[in-house]
Amino acid sequence: MENIYIQALMGGGLIGVASLLLMLFNGRVAGVSGITHGAITSLAPANWWRWLFLVGLIIAPLITALFGYGLPTSMPVGLPQLAIAGLIVGVGTHYGSGCTSGHGICGIGRLSKRSLVATLTFMLSAIVTVAVINHVIG
Amino acid sequence: MKHNLTALIAGLLFGAGLTISTMVDPARVLGFLDILGAWDPTLAFVMLGGIAVYLPGYHFLIKPRQSTLLAGDFHVPQKKGVDKPLLIGSTLFGIGWGLSGICPGPGLANLSGGLPAIWVFVLCMLLGMLVASKLK
Repeated sequence: MENIYIQALMGGGLIGVASLLLMLFNGRVAGVSGITHGAITSLAPANWWRWLFLVGLIIAPLITALFGYGLPTSMPVGLPQLAIAGLIVGVGTHYGSGCTSGHGICGIGRLSKRSLVATLTFMLSAIVTVAVINHVIG
Repeated sequence: MKHNLTALIAGLLFGAGLTISTMVDPARVLGFLDILGAWDPTLAFVMLGGIAVYLPGYHFLIKPRQSTLLAGDFHVPQKKGVDKPLLIGSTLFGIGWGLSGICPGPGLANLSGGLPAIWVFVLCMLLGMLVASKLK
């Protein structure tokens, strides 16, 4: 696609469609952090839908790559930073009951005040973090 | 069994959306978060696209229904007020997101790309979730 903004809008729309389908058929919020935590804490058959959602999420880029939409081939930060970030993201999304998908799209879509506050909070916190790294320390 | 199939399809579409939208690229995410630098507004369009579909879809297709299309219950969070865990957790999540440019969905979607580095992020994220749920 020639225009990156249209491509982003279309991809976002597809995320919206996927989230809507999961609510319409499964009655579940498409929040990746919540689904992930739910998945790793139980292998019971009632929990298989979570594993299957994650399988779909993980293999999808292999399919879109056939149409020219692939994954990045390098990470912009080093391993220690990735490890610390991963740990904080795991703890934070669990305490905060959600991440970009669950709060940012599904929660805001339901007009949930909690999700709107959560989204504004993690956006602001992420922006401040990047500003400190790039413009204060860097 | 049908709900396992619909979850798989939803996961596939979700992952395709993350990839097509370029949300899977942490360098682009960091460009979006860097409002004091060479700001890249692309990811605002991802969220806009997602909400533009989910908001009307939720209010017109889901809210009027008593049960799901597979005759099950809707599991929608019932908590209403803003509390400390929500604010502290979201602040922490933002710090981790800003440190790496990776949030949970794109982190998992990147696993199929074969970069060993993403496994470090994802395994630490899973560990963080388990530790947090033990402490909570």
